[in-house]
Order: sequence, then C-alpha cells, then structure tokens
Amino acid sequence: MTEKVKGALRVHAIDQEAARLGIERGMTLADARARLPELEAFDHVSHDDHSWLERLADGCARYTPWVMLDAPDGLVLDVTGCAHLLGNETALASDVLSRLDRLGVTAQHAFAANPDAARSLARWRSIGANEDEAVRRLPVVALGLEEEATTALKRAGLKTVGDVAARPLSAIAARFGSDAATQVRRIIGEADSPLTPRIVAPPLFVERRFAEPVARTEFALTVLGELIGEAAGRLDQTHEGGRRFEARFFRTDGLVQRMAVETGRPTRDVAAVLRLFRERIETLSDPIDPGFGFDLIRLDVPVAERLDAAQLRLEGGAVGEAELVQLIDRLSTRVGRGRVRRFAPRDRHLPEQAELMLPATDPVPPGDWPELETGEPPLRPIHLFDPPQLIDSIASEVPDGPPRQFRWRRVLHDVARVEGPERIATPWWGSRQAPTRDYYRVEDRRGRRFWIFRHGLYGEVTEPGWYIHGVFA
Amino acid sequence: MPESSTSLSRLRRRVAHIEGARVSGGPARFATGHAAIDAWLGGGLARGRLHEVMADDSEDAGSLSGFAAMLALRIDAGKPLLWLRTETAERRAGKLYASGLGEIGLHGDDLILGLLGDDAALLKAANDAARCAGLGALVVESWGDPKPLDLTATRRLMLAAEASGVTVLLLRGEARESPSVADTRWRVSPAPSIALAADAPGPPAFDLELLRRRAGPAGRRWRVEWNRERRAFQPLDGQALSGAVLPLAAS
Repeated sequence: MTEKVKGALRVHAIDQEAARLGIERGMTLADARARLPELEAFDHVSHDDHSWLERLADGCARYTPWVMLDAPDGLVLDVTGCAHLLGNETALASDVLSRLDRLGVTAQHAFAANPDAARSLARWRSIGANEDEAVRRLPVVALGLEEEATTALKRAGLKTVGDVAARPLSAIAARFGSDAATQVRRIIGEADSPLTPRIVAPPLFVERRFAEPVARTEFALTVLGELIGEAAGRLDQTHEGGRRFEARFFRTDGLVQRMAVETGRPTRDVAAVLRLFRERIETLSDPIDPGFGFDLIRLDVPVAERLDAAQLRLEGGAVGEAELVQLIDRLSTRVGRGRVRRFAPRDRHLPEQAELMLPATDPVPPGDWPELETGEPPLRPIHLFDPPQLIDSIASEVPDGPPRQFRWRRVLHDVARVEGPERIATPWWGSRQAPTRDYYRVEDRRGRRFWIFRHGLYGEVTEPGWYIHGVFA
Repeated sequence: MPESSTSLSRLRRRVAHIEGARVSGGPARFATGHAAIDAWLGGGLARGRLHEVMADDSEDAGSLSGFAAMLALRIDAGKPLLWLRTETAERRAGKLYASGLGEIGLHGDDLILGLLGDDAALLKAANDAARCAGLGALVVESWGDPKPLDLTATRRLMLAAEASGVTVLLLRGEARESPSVADTRWRVSPAPSIALAADAPGPPAFDLELLRRRAGPAGRRWRVEWNRERRAFQPLDGQALSGAVLPLAAS
C-alpha cells in the first residue's frame, strides 16, 4: 500500500512477506522497488480502511455493546461482565482471533484494567509478572505522545513507562507537557480513560410491556399487529417505509424468540407485514412457545427507506404491480428468499455463467439480454442441466465430426438433423484452463432437440467426453 | 360462414344464460395464432381459466416447458410470468434457462421463478399466486401423480383464476389423466422440425392433441410450429398464414 506524502509515493503498509524481505514502512516506493523489483504496490484508500474497521466493530457487537474504534487499525472492547458468556477472557479472545483469522486478519490482543493500558499492551508487547509490571515495562512510545515529547523523554533517559511514572508527575508535566503526565496517569490507571463507544443509530422501535405475562400466542400476534400499526404511523410521519421488520418476544423465563421479515419494497402496510409474520410463524418447525408467557414484545425496524404517500391509481396498473410485490414477499417469506428468483443477464461466454439467478425481492441489476436475429431458430436450450449430463455412448462418422447416434438415460437416439459445432472455449484469463467445448444442436428422429457438446478437441484431450447440456423446446 | 359462427355464438350465449352462467358472452379468449386450432376452440383458449398440458415422457420436458412459455406469451406478453416448480423438477428436467426462453420470445425480465420444496407447497403457492391480478400468467409445473393434486385442488385453482383473471397453465409431466375441472387439456410431444439450410434443426415444432375440453368436443390433433417473430403458432407445413385469423368452422 502506498500513499502520497509531500509529493512522493511512500510505503504505507506492507504484508509479512514484504517485511521479511526488508521493506519498511515510510520508504519511498522507488527505494522499495529498487530493493524488490517484483513488489506489488496498491494505492492506499484510508476511508476503505476505516469502513472495514467499522464493519469489524459492528461484528464485535456480538461480544459487547461497548465497542470503540481505535483508528486506524485498532478496536477497544469493554468486556466488563461480558466475558463469562464465552467462559472466560481467554476463550473470548480466542473466539475473536479465530473469527478474524477466517477473515484473513492478523490481530494482537491484550486485556487490561483500563482501555489505554490494553491498547498499549496490544500494540507494544511487553511481558511482566502481572499487568502493572507489564505496563511499566512498556517503552515510552506506547504513551502515544507527540514525536517531540517522545524523543525528549528518551533523551532524558526515561526509556519505559515505569521510568516516567516513578518521577513526580508535576515535574514531568512541567518539562514534557501536561499531555505526558495525563497519559502516564491514565495508562497506570490513576486517571479515568474515557471510552467513547460507537453510536449505533437508534433504529425505529416500538415495544409493549405487560404487567401480567401473555400466554396466548394469538393475543401476542394481535399485540404485534398493534405495534406494526404504531411503527407504520411513525414511518408515515418521516415519509419512510420499512424494508425489514424484526419482532422479539421476551419470555418471563428469560428466553427471547425473535423473527424477522423482509419486504421487496419499503412498506407501511400493517396488514401486509402482519401477514408476512404469520407466514413466517407457519414455517417454523416449532411454533412460538409462550412458556409461562411473554412480558415484553418489541418490534424493530432496522432498515427503512423513503416512501412517499401513495396515491391510488384508477386504471389498476399500480394496484396489480403492488399485488405482485406482495405475492413475491409472501412466497419469499414462506419458502426462503433464495427460492423465489428473477433472472439477470451476465456478459459471459460459458452458457452456465451467462445468467444470474437473484432473489426476486432484490433490485435487478441493469443489463441487456442478447439481441435475437430474425429468422434464426433458438440457439440456446430452455432447460439447462447443471452439471451437464454424461452421454452413455456415442457414435459419429468421423472422430471430429457431429454425432450420428447416442445413448442417454438408457434410450437410444438416432440423430436426424444436426448443426454445429459452436465452439465455446473457457476464457484464457481464467485460473483453471478447462478443455474447449464443441456444441451441437441435434434433433433425433422423433423430434427431440438436444444441446450436446464434446468436452475437448481431439488432440487437446485423449478421450473427449460427450455431454447433454440442455434440451430445446 | 361468418354468419353461422355468429349465430353459433349467440346460441351459446343463450344456453349459457339458461344454465345461469355469465351472460357476458363467456370468458375473454386468447388466440394461439394457428387458424385451425382457434376456429375449433371458438376463438382461442379462455383467459382466467385453468388449462392443463400433459407430457408422457420425461424427455419431452423441453416441449412441455416450451409450449407453456409460448402459450403464456400469447396470453399477455409484457406482464410478468410466474413459473412455479419443485426442486425435484429443477434437478431432473434441468434448470429453467432464461436465455433459451428468450430465444422463443419470452423476455428474461418478465420471468419470476419459484422453487418449492414439495408438491403440497407447490399447490399452496399456486393457489396464492393464482389470486394475484398482477401476473400475466401462472405456470405450475408438476411431475408424476402427486397426491395433493386432485379434483379439489384443480377446482380451487380454477376458482382463484376466475376471480383474478389470471390464466393458469398446469403442466403435468409423466402423469396419468386424472379428473380435473380444467377448461382444456392438451398433450404435447416434440415433432420433427422443418430443416433449415445444411439440415440444421429448425424452429420448435410440436404434436398437439386436445384431449379434453369442457365446452365442446375434443380429440383433435395438430402439428404446429412456433414463429418467434410473430409470437404465434402456425401449421407445420411451413406456410404461415398471414393476416387476421379467420373464424372458420373446423372442417
């Protein structure tokens, strides 16, 4: 990663391999290239780093609600009273590290009684019999002071935090600035370190508490309906509609049952949302169990988008469209978003990659389907086998020629008409070079039309296989 | 000839009136484009009704889907088509391929595919979808003889279709002919196409058999070809009838 400092491209960040080969942060890119010609350099985009860090912080909300960003590359978590959820602090740390490792992030961590100490210990590893000793052995750089102050401290012979802390702090403040004194007091825990947690934008939520637990599911759903109505009223005021609704049923014995529904378009339609929740409940393998009753029902609307007041159109076009959107929402809720799909074209050569299947609730990316030529028969099948089906046996007059006869699913097909080959090769820029495919459109004597291909040219592979990739109308 | 056909339709209306059915001259119809078929059916297939299409062999899946997509195009091109099928069908018959459907004239953006876990879920979704007036057509693809698909199920679909005006095409692959209230029932199988230059396979061609029809006699067979440019069926002899479809009585 490089960034521009005073007109020169300098190395901003490096990976471990580069560090091993002697590249250092702060070098100019020209120097680094001279040392290591095959160095790969990328521009450094600081806000990308920041948004990545924010996403990591969001993920850490699973451990504690108190997460603070320590820009550019650190996170501080206040795990007071949270560590026992995963057993103990060590278990929590290993859970964090294994998750980060899966993301390809190398992380260092430390636990300490205050955020400043933890932050410094994680960055400047130091070992001591206990936390206090370890902190005192930290180098003065760990105080995070201005460069001048750090150099001044070093010149004065104060090498570690302990050295500084051993002096009267008034003298330190007088000589090296008040920052130095405050920082030392914070790191050894004499002064409070403020922790500013990330502010999570409070989503719209409505809740209902019950003095007496509610034991009937039907009544709980009625209440949910009222809550949706309340939320819809508030969304109406801000001209918004919810895209996602999350309901949480808190049971008296401490268990929480949660369920969420999503809609394809922002909505404030109470009946429609409640119907989606009913659909969701129907698909649950175990219906909502009230146990000894619910004492709190809460509805969150985490995702809301702009939705202006609708006007009923008389010609019915908008009504039909809205009905369709509701139908898609309902089916998606019942059978899963991934199983109600729309198609989108993709600019690819390989037939199986030429189109995408997306959840129908998602917006369809723009793209054009291929233009058709007048008078041509269909050149692509209407059913595509994925993976292609192996043909049992095939006969052709010449080794490289079109098939004359083939056996598929134990039925013999005599080829009456054939067109081809249409040669489709795997792209040369792909990582895996697969054999070229020669596609033939064939029709057997009974009129069945197939799309079959030979996988590999003669010479390219020793024994090319034949496959059926699709059937035509 | 035209006179006799109008008097026939007047008579039909009167009979319908006596029977207490709709007096508005029966349901609206959509023509297939094939003159003989349209004449036999009195102007085409009824809109807002249930129609069944059968295929005997799993290898006829392409013809089955193709014929359904073509009928859907005749019903209302431009309005979305919802295609419901089970995951077993998706595995056995192959995935529905939008590029290929595009090649017979069905635009990929107009297609919504719903994959259901089993036949019960398929019918439940079909019942919901048949009530949705925003759809151009609804295709329900089932294979074999699923238990939930009985006379009552077809009646439910028919009622929903009548209420919303959505035409429902029920595809039945490898199924036995079972009681149903469907308006028409067809059997489709592939027919050898008319070869193009260099003996290349031509446009899609089918053997159609009208197995059953509620409003009149059935048992007719036609050999048809799909014309993509006109988005219409035509006789397989290669001579497309141009111009308006004449309401000729079947000979």
